[in-house]
Amino acid sequence: MGEWMTVTDPDLSSESKNICQYTSETKMSPSSLYSQQVLCSSIPLSKNVHSFFSAFCTEENIEQSISYLDQELTTFGFPSLYEESKGKDTKRELNIVAVLNCMNELLVLQRKNLLAQENVETQNLKLGSDMDHLQNCYAKLKEQLETSRREMIGLQERDRQLQCKNRNLHQLLKNEKDEVQKLQNIIASRATQYNHDMKRKEREYNKLKERLHQLVMNKKDKKIAMEVLNYVGRADGKRGSWRTGKTEARNEDEMYKILLNDYEYRQKQILMENAELKKVLQQMKKEMISLLSPQKQKPRERADDSTGTVISDAEEDAGELSRESMWDLSCETVREQLTNSIRKQWRILKSHVEKLDNQVSKVHLEGFTDEDVISRQDHEQETEKLELEIQQCKEMIKTQQQLLQQQLATACDDDTTSLLRDCYLLEEKERLKEEWSLFKEQKKNFEKERRSFTEAAIRLGLERKAFEEERASWLKQQFLNMTTFDHQNSENMKLFSAFSGSSDRDSLSVHSRPRQKKPHSVSNGTPVCTSKLTKSLPASPSTSDFCQTRSCASEHSSINVLNITPEETKPNQVGREGTNQKWSMASRPGSQEGCYSGCSLTYTNSHVEKDDLP
Amino acid sequence: MNFSEVFKLSNLLCKFSPDGKYLASCVQYRLVVRDVNTLQILQLYTCLDQIQHIEWSADSLFILCAMYKRGLVQVWSLEQPEWHCRIDEGSAGLVASCWSPDGRHILNTTEFHLRITVWSLCTKSVSYIKYPKACQQGITFTRDGRYMALAERRDCKDHVSVFVCSDWQLLRHFDTETQDLAGIEWAPNGCVLAVWDTCLEYKVLLYSLDGRLLSAYCAYEWSLGVKSVAWSPSSQFLAVGSYDGKVRILNHVTWKMITEFGHPATVNNPKIVVYKEAEKNPRLALGRLAFPPPRAAPGPSSTTESKYEIASVPVSLQTLKPVADRANPKIGVGALAFSPDNYFLATKNDSIPNAVWIWDIQKLKLFVVLEQLSPVRAFQWDPQQPRLAICTGGSRVYLWSPAGCVSVQVPGEGDFQVLSLCWHLNGDSLALLSKDHFCLCFLETEERVGTTFGRPGDHT
Repeated sequence: MGEWMTVTDPDLSSESKNICQYTSETKMSPSSLYSQQVLCSSIPLSKNVHSFFSAFCTEENIEQSISYLDQELTTFGFPSLYEESKGKDTKRELNIVAVLNCMNELLVLQRKNLLAQENVETQNLKLGSDMDHLQNCYAKLKEQLETSRREMIGLQERDRQLQCKNRNLHQLLKNEKDEVQKLQNIIASRATQYNHDMKRKEREYNKLKERLHQLVMNKKDKKIAMEVLNYVGRADGKRGSWRTGKTEARNEDEMYKILLNDYEYRQKQILMENAELKKVLQQMKKEMISLLSPQKQKPRERADDSTGTVISDAEEDAGELSRESMWDLSCETVREQLTNSIRKQWRILKSHVEKLDNQVSKVHLEGFTDEDVISRQDHEQETEKLELEIQQCKEMIKTQQQLLQQQLATACDDDTTSLLRDCYLLEEKERLKEEWSLFKEQKKNFEKERRSFTEAAIRLGLERKAFEEERASWLKQQFLNMTTFDHQNSENMKLFSAFSGSSDRDSLSVHSRPRQKKPHSVSNGTPVCTSKLTKSLPASPSTSDFCQTRSCASEHSSINVLNITPEETKPNQVGREGTNQKWSMASRPGSQEGCYSGCSLTYTNSHVEKDDLP
Repeated sequence: MNFSEVFKLSNLLCKFSPDGKYLASCVQYRLVVRDVNTLQILQLYTCLDQIQHIEWSADSLFILCAMYKRGLVQVWSLEQPEWHCRIDEGSAGLVASCWSPDGRHILNTTEFHLRITVWSLCTKSVSYIKYPKACQQGITFTRDGRYMALAERRDCKDHVSVFVCSDWQLLRHFDTETQDLAGIEWAPNGCVLAVWDTCLEYKVLLYSLDGRLLSAYCAYEWSLGVKSVAWSPSSQFLAVGSYDGKVRILNHVTWKMITEFGHPATVNNPKIVVYKEAEKNPRLALGRLAFPPPRAAPGPSSTTESKYEIASVPVSLQTLKPVADRANPKIGVGALAFSPDNYFLATKNDSIPNAVWIWDIQKLKLFVVLEQLSPVRAFQWDPQQPRLAICTGGSRVYLWSPAGCVSVQVPGEGDFQVLSLCWHLNGDSLALLSKDHFCLCFLETEERVGTTFGRPGDHT
């Protein structure tokens, strides 16, 4: 390797790098080393190298070496180093160009070879490491396989053992069962045997007893006796009674009496207990109802799904009246009713409680899910919101600070407390001020509108006057045919009648409605506007009067069309009707326009005014 | 608490008269009747032989003294000391003698339970009842004294006969569905008769007065069954103690089990108060003092003090290993007693002989456990209030009430081993019986009882 270190040359930097890499490669084969030596030896550029390779080429054997090289190169397919010989005998000249070309080509070749070699080496290395890795893997897997195989065998063994055990246990169990059965049989047989023997013995014993009894009792045993100084009276002072059928019956009676008494006593107790329990039930029911009713009222108002409760309550109320009387009734009816109602109430209560529980759990769940699931989006939204809020708050604080400073600058002699309070109220004040100005604006607008309306009304009045005059002229013409009448009076009267009939005009004007509606619908644009205006302007009698009169008149006319009354005023009305309709037809467009224009005017005005406001 | 002087006694025969005025006690063949208040001897009767059994008549006018060995019964009158009556059963022998509830008839059971002879003190008449059954409790009278139920055995079958006590007429006779009837007991109201089978089979039958079978109850099969039975004073409950160490409470409406009281050896529930009797030697406390003990051990029990301590749960009680190869094993609930006000039930499990269990019947729960240092011999409720007296064969008597419990040393030189006790009717005094002596223990009135009785907190 030391040789190689010397070979490295600054001029052959690219190669030297490669070589360096190779030097680091310890496993380099000597053959390749040699080939490289050879390759390198063909580089005659550097002196050092040249001097180093002096063994191959010296001053003396230049010719031979050149020819040798030529031969070698030609065998490798390179062009000859010599110039084309013109003649056989002439000595061939060394072609420098060819030499250089050859050299260059050789160098290129060598570089290529080196690169290829490098690639191969790296690949080799990679493959080697891959191989190692795979071998490792293989070994590991083999080990694993082995262990798992062993495990499997172990498990199989255990399984077998357990199965064996199980079988044994089964066998044992079976044996035990058999044993138990056997023992039971034994016990049973012994018991029967024992009982049998016992019976036999008892019989013998009884026989003996009988015999003994005879022996002892039949023999006149003088010893068996009672010596008494004198007989004592009975404890109850009565004399002993003879045993007769009567006494027997009496005894029976008494026994049954005792039993009856006992049963009666027990019944009484049970009744008392029942009454107590009933009371408790009643109370419970009442409490339940009182507990449930306030809660149930709301849902009943909201949605009528709780009809059951209503029914039960109704039953309850009905039952309440006869409760006292029912108290003494037989159990069954009361019980049924009571239990039913209690059951119902209980069900309601239960469902209610369950609902509450569900709600609680739901809330819990929702809380959890909210926290758990909706984290991302909601978090972001929330954070955005919060940031916005923070921003707003900051701004507010800033403005507050500013205001505070202003306040301080303007009124530094004020008390700090009032100052602070003012600080807190400042925003509100500002808002109020704004509102105030807005109100003012509106007021102004309204006043403007009002003015315009009054103007319109005046105009209308003028128009009406003109119309009246027209009418008067027309009437004058009519006057020739008809008698004179007080126009003003009739008008008043008509108005009055219209007003009085307004309450039931709906019922009266059923037929007239469609007709009546039409003009309204025609002037649909205006009523909306006017109504609005009237609403906003309650103190505008002229317009409202005008509307009323108009509608009333039209209605009245229709009524009159339907019921032709034989009144004195009839001709007048007819006449008026015609005039009215005419008036309405004639005046409507005008009034409409007037209204409209008034409206638009006011609106525009308001707009203008708004702009003008500070 | 005061104690009377100690009187002689034999065969633990000492009884208060039913009216509570007199106290009868026996010393060998002498019967002594004392006034309860003054304890002065009112009458002294001499019997023909050593007395084995005494019984007051219900009206407290007569006392019968039975001498089973001689087959003799002697009756004495308190009003007429010179009056006497002697009943000789002769060769038939005598194994039991008792008064009828009217106090004018004596029922004598002959040997081998051949018959029961009913002797009347009013007339010369003698009645015989054949085929009485030899069993644990074969005769029972209703509390009002009207009826008597008698267990009989005929043709290898159990029967019950109900007699009217006033004229000994047979009212009902019915066979019971028992293998081998062991006992019968009237309910206090006299309308229901509880009949239980031998311990080989768990069976409790309930019959109405007119002989109808009301109900039959069987808790389990195969293993040993009923050991003890007790009616509550209100006739509302029937407590059945059995060999499995449990008490089952039956109700009087459906005759089904309401609850089951087990008697486990460890008490875990912290709500249950466990009073543990603890003995402590006062001389140990004075051990530092120089002088030697003045008397050299007159008896270990008299020198040591005992008091109750409240044991902290869980408490494990001393249990007895039952001997498997012996008959009548010491297991199961052998003693049951309801308090007179129905509120409590005291029980004793024979495999835990040192403990008395007191159950709250209102709550149907265990209330208190008292663990004594030695096996409980007997316990009895005060007839007037829920107060239980317990004796363990030592020189102390133990009293429990819901307020607490206390152990009282019986004074007197020598050892007074309380083997049995019986309450006076009004609950003011208590007769303590030892092998050959008895004394009366007078209890203070209510307010003073409150101070002497330790409350649960005082003992910790």
